[in-house]
Amino acid sequence: MTDEAPRFRDYSLTGIDARPGFEPGQWYSSPIPRKRLKQLMRRSDRKGLINNGLWIGLTVVTGCLLVATWGSWWALPAAFVYGIFYGSGADSRWHECGHGTVFKTRWLNNVFYHLASFMSLKNPYLWRWSHTRHHTDTIVVGRDPEIAFPRPPSILGMFTNLLYLRSGLKEFDRMIRLSLGRLTDDEKQYLIESERPPAFWTSRVHLAVHLSVVGVSIWTQSWLPLMLIGLPSFYGSWLHHLLAATQHAGLAEDLPDHRLNSRTVYLNPFFSFIYSNMNYHVEHHMYPMVPFYTLPELHEEIKNDCPPAYSSSIAAYREMIPAMLRQRRDPNHFVRRPLPEQANPTPHYVRPQFVYAT
Amino acid sequence: MSNWTRACAVDDIEEEDLIRFDHNGRTYAVYRSPSDEYFCTDGLCTHEQVHLADGLVMDYIIECPMHNGQFDYRTGKAMRSPACVDLRTYPVRVENGQVFVEVE
Ligand code: FES
Repeated sequence: MTDEAPRFRDYSLTGIDARPGFEPGQWYSSPIPRKRLKQLMRRSDRKGLINNGLWIGLTVVTGCLLVATWGSWWALPAAFVYGIFYGSGADSRWHECGHGTVFKTRWLNNVFYHLASFMSLKNPYLWRWSHTRHHTDTIVVGRDPEIAFPRPPSILGMFTNLLYLRSGLKEFDRMIRLSLGRLTDDEKQYLIESERPPAFWTSRVHLAVHLSVVGVSIWTQSWLPLMLIGLPSFYGSWLHHLLAATQHAGLAEDLPDHRLNSRTVYLNPFFSFIYSNMNYHVEHHMYPMVPFYTLPELHEEIKNDCPPAYSSSIAAYREMIPAMLRQRRDPNHFVRRPLPEQANPTPHYVRPQFVYAT
Repeated sequence: MSNWTRACAVDDIEEEDLIRFDHNGRTYAVYRSPSDEYFCTDGLCTHEQVHLADGLVMDYIIECPMHNGQFDYRTGKAMRSPACVDLRTYPVRVENGQVFVEVE
């Protein structure tokens, strides 16, 4: 027996664990007839506008409520609700419009993509490319820049991030850095040269707007402008982070099968609306062409080939937290999701240095 | 030297759809537009070499199934990142209900 400390892997994209990922064809997809898949992939401006129109409408109405109640105790519940629409609603919409699947009309996707990116403090160019890599190499160590819980995972970090304190502050830091035209070594790995100038300019615009809001707040001697723009990305994004933490935490790394490295969780209609159905995360990763409003149908189509969905976020957390606690000591531990008997087996794959034991 | 090769029958492709066509170790994508014209491009996305045949045709756009990059399949022009490099296109002709592609 040895007392050697466990070796945790290097999650950076330029470190000792950075190696090539899987070939695209190695990733498993549950079979769906082409005709059906085409129906599921169909885009609808009407559905996109109803959902996003409702979201924008509710954000504006609750923002007006916050203004109207400012100075009274009623401003607290108003800020609570406004923050959810602004901070949590924007984060999932950034993601959906980034895939370009929400609207059939391209410019509508772009408009909402840029708006939601600003509201969630994300650089739209950098994140498009980071998310592209996340889909190519989902939870592949040394390849995926969006592994939210590298081992050893921080449970405290997970909860402090409910107020966006971990990743939101990182995004602000990034906004300043990109405004100065600087990229980290990891960012250089995935943001191609031609997209760097627009990324830098967008960060400058975002920063200028945020600084203007700070200026107006100082000038008016009031927190209200900041409570409307900027701060809701922090105080209102808790619902998004609460739901999004379940996507991959505690599951397998380096495995080309989204059924085993992602979770599908059933949610109530309000949470699903805020989160744009991203709770169907296995389905989203397997078929990123399918718009969020069709994901429940896709789920029905492939669920017999997938591990059972979680009945609620609480059920997912019940599994995640103990697994993450154990991962703090044991870097090789992860939750093994059970495939139903009739499901196709996980594909055979080879990636050096790490063996998935079934 | 021109090299016209039969790719498929016209009815093998649904309207506003595409199929994969392999020839001499290369993969092509053959499209049928909403107005019943036929086109051909390389079959693999220029971003990460994913088969476009699993993608979605919308009017004259093919969207890649992997990262939603888009191309105009009439010209091969990359229309949406992460697809940034144009697709190669190939001449197509339809004769007696068959689609022929001029490949290399
Ligand atoms: S592989 Fe086609 S867009 Fe990435």
